[in-house]
Amino acid sequence: MAESPASWETVVGLEVHCELRTETKLFCGCRNAFGEEPNTNVCPVCLGLPGSLPVLNRRAVELAMAIGEALHCEIRPSLFHRKNYFYPDMPKDYQVSQYDEPINVDGWLELPDGTRIGIVRAHMEEDTGKSTHMGGGGRIHDAAYSLVDYNRAGVPLVEIVSHPELRSGEQARQYVSELRAILVATGASDGKMEEGSLRVDANVSVRPAGSDAYGTRCEVKNLNSLRSLGRAIEHEAIRQARVWEAGDVVKQETRHWDEANDRTVAGRSKEEANDYRYFPEPDLLPLAPSEEWLARVRSSLPPMPAARRARLAELAGTEPREVATVVDLQLDHLVLAAADAGADANLAVRRVTNEVAADPVRARQLDAADFAKLVLLEAKGALTPTQAKQVLAEMLDGGGDPEAIARDRGFEAMDLGALTTVLDQAIAAHPDEWERLRDGDQKLMGFFVGQVMKATRGQADGRAVSALLRQRGR
Amino acid sequence: MSPTTTATEIAAAVRGGEQSAREVVEGYLSTIADREHEVHAFNLVLEEEALAAADAIDRRAADGEDPGPLAGVPVAIKDNLCTREVPTTCSSRILDGWKPPYDATVVERIAAAGGVILGKTNLDEFAMGSSTENSAFGPTKNPLDASRVPGGSSGGSAAAVAAGFAPLALGSDTGGSIRQPAAFCGVVGVKPTYGMVSRYGLVAFASSLDQVGLLGANVADAALLQEVIQGHDPMDSTSIPDSPPGLCERLAEGVEGVRVGVVRELVEEANSDVAGRLREAAAALGDAGAKVDEVSIRALAYGVSAYYLIAPAECSSNLARYDGVRYGLRLPGADITSTYGATRAQGFGPEVKRRIMLGTYALSAGYYDAYYGQAQRVRTLIIRDFEAAYEDFDVLLSPTAPSTAFRFGAKTEDPLSMYLSDVCTIPSNLAGDPAMSVPYGSGDDGLPVGVQIMAPALGEILMYRVAAALEASHG
Amino acid sequence: MPERDRITSTDVAHVARLACLDLTDEEVEEYTVQLRDVLEYADVVAALDTAGIPPTAHPLPLVNALREDEPRPSLDRDEVLAMAPEVENGRFRVPRILGEAP
Ligand SMILES: [Mg+2]
Ligand SMILES: [Zn+2]
Repeated sequence: MAESPASWETVVGLEVHCELRTETKLFCGCRNAFGEEPNTNVCPVCLGLPGSLPVLNRRAVELAMAIGEALHCEIRPSLFHRKNYFYPDMPKDYQVSQYDEPINVDGWLELPDGTRIGIVRAHMEEDTGKSTHMGGGGRIHDAAYSLVDYNRAGVPLVEIVSHPELRSGEQARQYVSELRAILVATGASDGKMEEGSLRVDANVSVRPAGSDAYGTRCEVKNLNSLRSLGRAIEHEAIRQARVWEAGDVVKQETRHWDEANDRTVAGRSKEEANDYRYFPEPDLLPLAPSEEWLARVRSSLPPMPAARRARLAELAGTEPREVATVVDLQLDHLVLAAADAGADANLAVRRVTNEVAADPVRARQLDAADFAKLVLLEAKGALTPTQAKQVLAEMLDGGGDPEAIARDRGFEAMDLGALTTVLDQAIAAHPDEWERLRDGDQKLMGFFVGQVMKATRGQADGRAVSALLRQRGR
Repeated sequence: MSPTTTATEIAAAVRGGEQSAREVVEGYLSTIADREHEVHAFNLVLEEEALAAADAIDRRAADGEDPGPLAGVPVAIKDNLCTREVPTTCSSRILDGWKPPYDATVVERIAAAGGVILGKTNLDEFAMGSSTENSAFGPTKNPLDASRVPGGSSGGSAAAVAAGFAPLALGSDTGGSIRQPAAFCGVVGVKPTYGMVSRYGLVAFASSLDQVGLLGANVADAALLQEVIQGHDPMDSTSIPDSPPGLCERLAEGVEGVRVGVVRELVEEANSDVAGRLREAAAALGDAGAKVDEVSIRALAYGVSAYYLIAPAECSSNLARYDGVRYGLRLPGADITSTYGATRAQGFGPEVKRRIMLGTYALSAGYYDAYYGQAQRVRTLIIRDFEAAYEDFDVLLSPTAPSTAFRFGAKTEDPLSMYLSDVCTIPSNLAGDPAMSVPYGSGDDGLPVGVQIMAPALGEILMYRVAAALEASHG
Repeated sequence: MPERDRITSTDVAHVARLACLDLTDEEVEEYTVQLRDVLEYADVVAALDTAGIPPTAHPLPLVNALREDEPRPSLDRDEVLAMAPEVENGRFRVPRILGEAP
């Protein structure tokens, strides 16, 4: 990937639209479902038919409150406004959205490396329908006409707006990855970016390194994967830096990520500036969550990824980022079970991260008690690391008791006598190396351990071999 | 079937098996056939549907079932209330060909109570107007004098009741649209407390002011219909959780000791003949035992200004959806923007466009605080002044309109003069309070004068009692 | 009282674009005069001292009107599409869209 010039700093703020996982839409009883026949989940309310009125979905409000809580926001009394603009995918030609009194304000999100990114707000609003552009290769400006499906119109969204505190495409990627984990943990989202459940717009600007001022920003849209998010921001930052360096001025505009050509391209906007004429939505009443209601939502929340990382890291005696994969893949229970059984949590983290995580689907079926037993066997030396990995692979394949699998495979820790014999043979075969080890060349420890492992086809315990070597060398 | 029969009598006769619903409906249909061509109260008369509904009621009665409190009573429905599979036009070309796939809650409730939906009545386009001259389908005439307007926007409903086309009608009242035509046509018109009657299925004009209400030939009939349509509706977030029961049975309790305030500022707005009738009405209430006094409510003077910023602002947003994409009229255009512009320019009449323009301007960047925001703060002042007045008075009295029914064309050239004719009715909409108009004598031109009774929110029972007392006093 | 510029025909033309109304030049002139009248009348309201007075957006003092997250039947698609001026493949057909959604 291209590097942004070192003399420029990238400044990114993200707006993430999260579709809430409710049964029904925000203001009507139509199903909130993805991928159905067009215009089948519609009613007078979400089609904006004359005379229809919205009624707010309690579950959507509770999920919004859960998001606010998980992002350490202040959860406040709120009000819906109408955002007025004409667009065919919007049945009422206004969007109902929380404008100047949003439900959640002033929170933060902690990245796995401990960096905190400020959250401006996380407000509720309704989604729009979906237009398909016909002719002209499906692109809006060349299309001959468009077709509109209102199944998605009125689906509940929470829009999460960060402060412009992200400093690279990679950090933005981490932020969205972390946010997605939080949203999934709250039950608010299925996290499926490819289905549009999470949609990200990035406000990108650059400034001379060391400056506190903000440069003109561009809003980059159409970022439908973590990969395109990171790449789009890096490329946009480089583009802007080049514009400034060429003595030109960056224009504030909306741009789109063109995945195929690795670049952002300017969108087409109306000549006239938008004037949304916000005013309070008179068909809805204000929301004022009681303390008791808030407490109920709070108590129903599971632990969030940062807290889970902190707990696992403490158990394993490591840094939170070392346990990020375990938490991302929701495999905490394996490590916790191992720790509960008195096994080495650090070893459990390594086995989950390096072996189990490779196959997330099977990983979820792995029995935690069996896994704990395996880690115990390895930790006390009854299985060598190589044996342990082989047993674990078989457990992931079909499950089962690790002791039984080890027995079937004939994995028994070699007794000291057998090991000594093998080691003696290795020393005899390599007298020069043995001499150098005795002279203090510690690199040759590994050489002899390797010889023994090779001779035993991995069944020897490396740590036991090292111990024997040290005894002999004295 | 005499058109002077009341809804209360009809329901009793049909429930008691003394009269068939079919006979009742046929009677009203024949009156319509006689005179509707002179009046044009209806956009659509549902002859076949009404007879079929009447027959169904008669069958239920024959089976020993109670068809309900409105058994066999024909009700005319303002054409901005949705009726399933029946055109609902709002008297606008923009809804050309549209048939709602659902019934308004009030329409459902009337049918469930044994009422018969007789037809859809004419109105000022999207309920914007005070004379029913703004209908795309031509004006409604005042049945008492064909050279006069019936008032508006529920002019068709008021005319239908006054002409004996229906004993009861539904209307909507955003700034006086039920009460003023009721006054002009000499019938009773009621705007209930905001939230008392569901708005679900009422095509919105200004959501925070709109209220479904009713018109009838007398106070008891009005109470009968209000009892049927009021009450919580889960489809309307702004519907009040509960409503005071027992309206009909308490009408005759009289006004002994009731404190009645005559609102000086609104009497001053009225022509002398109208003001004279109002003083007589106040005196009659005094004779009936009420304590009558004058009251000054200063902030009411700002009602019209605040209203003509708030209502157009909400209307500009509510009417955005008429864009030619999902239903109704569409004019061809090279692209979506020109389709929108052409469809809306052709589909809306001049008054609707004027209000959309006014409201769009009042909400636009740089003007919101001075216009819309300020109007909302003035709304607070009006509510506070009302609350202060209700510390000393139980109900307030004023003329319903400054004049009797005016002539066609009298105010069409000057929108502001038309807006000012709503001066007495607008404050109750801004406050969300109930108010009603009761006919009381006539003006110098022989046309009916309406007296307005205003009450605090949920004060319907007392308001109706005062109306009944007024009605009784000049028998 | 804050002095405001009187509304001009340029303002009216701009507002007409915001409201998606293709007005004729005559309509623009007519509305300019009429809106000016109404706005001048409204200036009594604009001139009031309302410092410290909260706005009333809604006459009801209620909050938290909610429904349970339970599905209700949607409309029949044929009925939905039958209302539309133009449809294709189960969708509403519209002429080309020039600008992107904001
Ligand atoms: Mg948004
Ligand atoms: Zn729906």
